[in-house]
Amino acid sequence: MNVMADVTVMKTAAETALARAYAQARSGLPGDGAIAAQRQAAFDLFAREGLPHRRIEEWKYTDLRVLMREAKPLATPPDAAAKARAKAAGKLLGDVECRRLVFVDGAFVPDLSDLTALERGLAVTSLAAALADNDPALAGHLGKLASGSDVAVALNTALMGDGAVIRVGAGSTIERPLHLVFVAAEKPVATFVRSLVIVEQGARAMLIESHEGPAGVDYQVNAALELFVGDEAHVDHVKIISEGSEALHVSTLAAAIGGGARFNGFTFTTGGAVIRNQLFVKFDGEDTVAAIRGATLLKGKQHADTTLVVNHIARGCQSREVFKAVLDDEAHGVFQGRIIVRPGAQRTDAKMMTRALLLSERAEADNKPELEIFADDVQCGHGATAGALDRELKFYLMARGIPPAEAEALLIQAFLGEAVEGIEHAGVREALMEVVADWLETRSRAGAEVEHA
Amino acid sequence: MALLEVENLHVVIDGKEILQGVDLAVNAGEVHAIMGPNGSGKSTLAYVLAGKEDYAPTAGTVRFDGRDLFAMAPDERAAAGLFLAFQYPLEIPGVATMTFLRTALNAQRKKRGEAELSTPEFLKKVREVAKKLGVDQEMLRRAVNVGFSGGEKKRNEILQMALFEPRLAVLDETDSGLDIDALRIVADGVNRLRSPKRAFVVITHYQRLLNYIVPDVVHVLAHGRIVKTGDKELALELEARGYAEYQEEAVA
Repeated sequence: MNVMADVTVMKTAAETALARAYAQARSGLPGDGAIAAQRQAAFDLFAREGLPHRRIEEWKYTDLRVLMREAKPLATPPDAAAKARAKAAGKLLGDVECRRLVFVDGAFVPDLSDLTALERGLAVTSLAAALADNDPALAGHLGKLASGSDVAVALNTALMGDGAVIRVGAGSTIERPLHLVFVAAEKPVATFVRSLVIVEQGARAMLIESHEGPAGVDYQVNAALELFVGDEAHVDHVKIISEGSEALHVSTLAAAIGGGARFNGFTFTTGGAVIRNQLFVKFDGEDTVAAIRGATLLKGKQHADTTLVVNHIARGCQSREVFKAVLDDEAHGVFQGRIIVRPGAQRTDAKMMTRALLLSERAEADNKPELEIFADDVQCGHGATAGALDRELKFYLMARGIPPAEAEALLIQAFLGEAVEGIEHAGVREALMEVVADWLETRSRAGAEVEHA
Repeated sequence: MALLEVENLHVVIDGKEILQGVDLAVNAGEVHAIMGPNGSGKSTLAYVLAGKEDYAPTAGTVRFDGRDLFAMAPDERAAAGLFLAFQYPLEIPGVATMTFLRTALNAQRKKRGEAELSTPEFLKKVREVAKKLGVDQEMLRRAVNVGFSGGEKKRNEILQMALFEPRLAVLDETDSGLDIDALRIVADGVNRLRSPKRAFVVITHYQRLLNYIVPDVVHVLAHGRIVKTGDKELALELEARGYAEYQEEAVA
């Protein structure tokens, strides 16, 4: 008998429920024996560690053991009504022309998706189908990047049900952005989606994933995306987190970027009660140029944590990280960014900047940028600031006749613009600035109502 | 009634009384110069008129076109026709100059109950004004004042003044740091706008600018008070003799 078992920490209700959910679902989850073994190993990690909590350095500011009071039951396949409601999803992107792949409560819905006239070199399927068919695309890829010690990722691996599996063949250029639309229907359920995207050598693609759901429903999302970017490939990835007001959202991007490639990543975070956005990016090949940016807009009591780990393994790569957060009311924004430069990664050029704009005295920003450098011929830097709107600038705008709310909106848009401008697709850029404008409009209307009250 | 009537204006900043009872009346159609040594309160007066935070009066009144200026927010003052050309115009990264100008002009028009300008109407107007003032169109394509030289920033202030067509323009040391060519452009911008309906208050340390913008009235501000008022000859006198006597007079 193992003596250590006696000192196991008491399980929380959520941990117990997750263990029960896994035990019940295990036999029905898709995949063969090898996949089942992956699931079991991942679950064992969770069983050992429990939910991440504040004494785990990487989760210091987002204590899931406290924030996740209960684990919701696993989602069941969506009914006709849920699918009908999901038709309106993805509106956030305005009229940007995309190939939509729609997932309702974590399940792929072909009726709502566009699988017609696939471009040459593009292959799309769902994870559930790929697992059921033992799709060879999965071998050597699934679980290769989303592994390691992170418990949120482990839970995703243990319980992954569906997601997108996309392969862009070598040298193919896919003009239409691929839009993975993840929609929560209306029930307080938990979904575990896992997607796999492989962009082969010299290929070009843009991938958008959006996450949304109804306000007032405390559903839970754990989404992970493994992204392989081949040598000389060029990939844009935009993640939009716009969940409902009570939602708990944990998502992970785990990406490996090849040599001579271009990668342009962006996360737009605005909706959800508790949000944890994890970005794990590694540079495997030499002379790649990458930008990883993000904009976060929070109000009320929202909590959003962006945790970024950039791993420079190969030589001569350049990475730029810019994260901006606008925090109103009692919102809490967290940015943890770590750049690691491995011993072989000479001539690495990496710069990380994070800035938080506090619109209220009760809002809180935690910025933790870190550099770990094990090579000697590198250029690396980071900076972090947090502060209120510049009163001098606001006065200058007001002295020109611009009312205070509009002056603030202009300055906030300019502040976020620096990050959003990094998105190469003009339509997506404009659509997101439109979302920012709406957010500001709501804010100034709420402000006006308070003044009248 | 004068367009601007300042009566017994007192302003305390950081516990120090900077303005100690300023009286000033400016009629429409006039150009007033306010001269004075450093630290006499010239810029404070400009900021109080524009409505800067922490520049609130402790005593006195200011009426602008008959209205109580202190009951109006800075943006309301601008819409009512008050313009301050800043001594140190601010850089606003990320805000395009054109967006800034259009937002400001339309906000003013809206508040005055006038129709907002459409984008083509606005572009036509701003291009006309820029051309008249010899402002490079390239400047309009950049973010507000970002990367501008000192002279370009001042020129941008004059461009805004010409675009907004205020009833009263206060120029706070717009001449400081300008070479003679830039000075001429600024003066030319002011002179083009001179009209019987419009007034200017030109704050300056040096007489030089007043060779180009000829004032109707010259005031000397020293130790927070207007200590002498005269015509344009007074500026020449100050240039010749300096401010020493006013500094002593105020101390005595």
